[in-house]
Amino acid sequence: MDVHEYQAKELLGSFGVPVAKGAVAFSPDQAVYAATELGGWSWAVKAQIHAGARGKAGGIKICKTYHEVREAAQELLGKRLVTHQTGPEGKPVQRVYVEAAEPFEKELYLGFVLDRKAERVRVIASQEGGMEIEEIARTNPDAILQVTVEPAVGLQAFQARELAFQLGLSIKQAQSCVSTIMNAYRAFRDCDAQMLEINPLVVSKDDRVLALDAKMSFDDNALFRRPNVADMYDPSQQDPREAQAAEHNLNYIGLEGDIGCIVNGAGLAMATMDMIKHAGGEPANFLDVGGGASPDRIETAMKLIVSDDNVKAILVNIFAGINRCDWVAKGVVQACGNLDIKVPLIVRLAGTNVEEGNRILKESDLKLITAETLAEAAEKAVQACQGKLQAA
Amino acid sequence: MSILIDEKTPVIVQGMTGDKGTFHAKEMIEYGTNVVGGVTPGKGGGRHLDRPLFNTVKEAVKETGAEASITFVAPAFCSDAIMECADAGIRLVCSITDGIPAQDMMRVKRYLMRYPREHRTMMVGPNCAGIISPGKAMLGIMPGHIYLQGNVGVISRSGTLGYEAAAQMKDRGIGITTSVGIGGDPINGSSFLDHLALFEEDPETDAVLMIGEIGGPQEAEASAWIKDNMSKPVVGFVAGLTAPKGRRMGHAGAIISATGDSAAEKAEIMRANGLTVAPNPSEFGSTVAKVLGL
Repeated sequence: MDVHEYQAKELLGSFGVPVAKGAVAFSPDQAVYAATELGGWSWAVKAQIHAGARGKAGGIKICKTYHEVREAAQELLGKRLVTHQTGPEGKPVQRVYVEAAEPFEKELYLGFVLDRKAERVRVIASQEGGMEIEEIARTNPDAILQVTVEPAVGLQAFQARELAFQLGLSIKQAQSCVSTIMNAYRAFRDCDAQMLEINPLVVSKDDRVLALDAKMSFDDNALFRRPNVADMYDPSQQDPREAQAAEHNLNYIGLEGDIGCIVNGAGLAMATMDMIKHAGGEPANFLDVGGGASPDRIETAMKLIVSDDNVKAILVNIFAGINRCDWVAKGVVQACGNLDIKVPLIVRLAGTNVEEGNRILKESDLKLITAETLAEAAEKAVQACQGKLQAA
Repeated sequence: MSILIDEKTPVIVQGMTGDKGTFHAKEMIEYGTNVVGGVTPGKGGGRHLDRPLFNTVKEAVKETGAEASITFVAPAFCSDAIMECADAGIRLVCSITDGIPAQDMMRVKRYLMRYPREHRTMMVGPNCAGIISPGKAMLGIMPGHIYLQGNVGVISRSGTLGYEAAAQMKDRGIGITTSVGIGGDPINGSSFLDHLALFEEDPETDAVLMIGEIGGPQEAEASAWIKDNMSKPVVGFVAGLTAPKGRRMGHAGAIISATGDSAAEKAEIMRANGLTVAPNPSEFGSTVAKVLGL
């Protein structure tokens, strides 16, 4: 789960990571008021969306007067901001963060990630702050400093010191940097984050090291024990179809194609999309109904797929292990009774209780196209989608 | 022979008295698995499915001589259950549970390393369908009837895609020594590589099918190892050719976030290391038949 910059900063601040002073605003009035409260003569008004590269896309505005703050907030709020990380549809800006813009000495990079190869948390730092880390990795890989954290004992101060001195900081600056790194690590660990990026981490004129931007994402599997993090969920930043699916605990990812897919198991769902592509079609979505799918769950999934206007055919592909084909078949029949499905429906059932499932489909007299194998199902779905195949 | 489990392996079920534990323990017993007991803290001394129940894994091991365990334990408590197995000297623990926090798995992996290699617990999963040695024993949740006993080893991240492969092979009369689901999480108890090494040593396994997916470095590592160490033919596949970058495709681990994570790149690495790559997921059976010379 991703959160907004201001939420990440609140969290980091609560762990003792120094952050630039700022406040969130939902309207231009609130933005101006925030600027007056923060004081000073210069502010950054930053669009809050779940994506980076906002600066280049015009999502961060430096303002010198309250009037400019108002104008910036007016311009950003309600707009869809498109950055190279959002995709062409962009993300809606519903809140801005007003931050006191302080002059700083240096821009650094600090990141924490879950390293799958080492199976450890990895801390990454660089003197080349402000640039994207992927860019630094490409152009100047030697500028990237890294340490891995031993999970039994956690990050040690000497590791943070090594990073701070390699970053070329003075003794005073390094001292501030060490506590920033240690505290950021505690925030990462204690909130079950899977990514934390502070870019830039800046050194102020008075030798303090503080977070000027912050991006955090969290392990969905750990949200049950992090209610304060789970509370930060913002559905507006998600594809509306995905937000709706999440409400029903369905694993759904919206795609660009026109064949809706309902599959059990993430691997088979991906493979089904691959087969559709192989057969010359394009999947409209990834959808894993999961194990033990009840008829109601299948109906909910069908409802979600049908609500996508791009869908011209629906492929249900179930290889039942914990699932039961008879339940899935009942769900399909139930959905066809309750929903107005105007597109061809292709069903392939295999595994547990397959005979019973196929019998239910046959006796329902529904206009279905059935298939026995994965390849046959994908081919029939593509043909039906192109209008070359109809239910018998 | 098979790897990891056979009809003699004494198995305990952690969380046996829950709904899922009960259902799948029954299925495993019917399949012929030597289930010797269950562990549910607080229910020790009782019986369930005609097997004794214990409060702790240590007691269960002492009384039954259990060597393997399968955990049907909720995500919040599962890492604890796995570490309990390691401490009790269980040789193999298989975790079906989906949703264990990644940091818990990091600690589990670190904990398993406390023990010298010869006493170390092998963990399979989490978030997997389990292990089956067809005709012998099942330590998992798969539909047993789709597997034929034979001479091919299968290792798959995805459960259902493993079923798909087993069914395609059965249609061609090709059987399996053991099928292992390593699971869809970012941190797995054991990797492709661990099981490839076991299949290489198993005299009854003549070829191996490994089914990967997008995300993580495991498929590439395994491919490099195969090139240098494996004498038996290996068929590879990577699901998620059409998966968009940066999106988590159902499995917590299935996300393209770095170079080398995509299906196309991984398939290319497999080919470069001498694996035969199945062209699409409906050709598991035909590709395995080809490398077996059928």
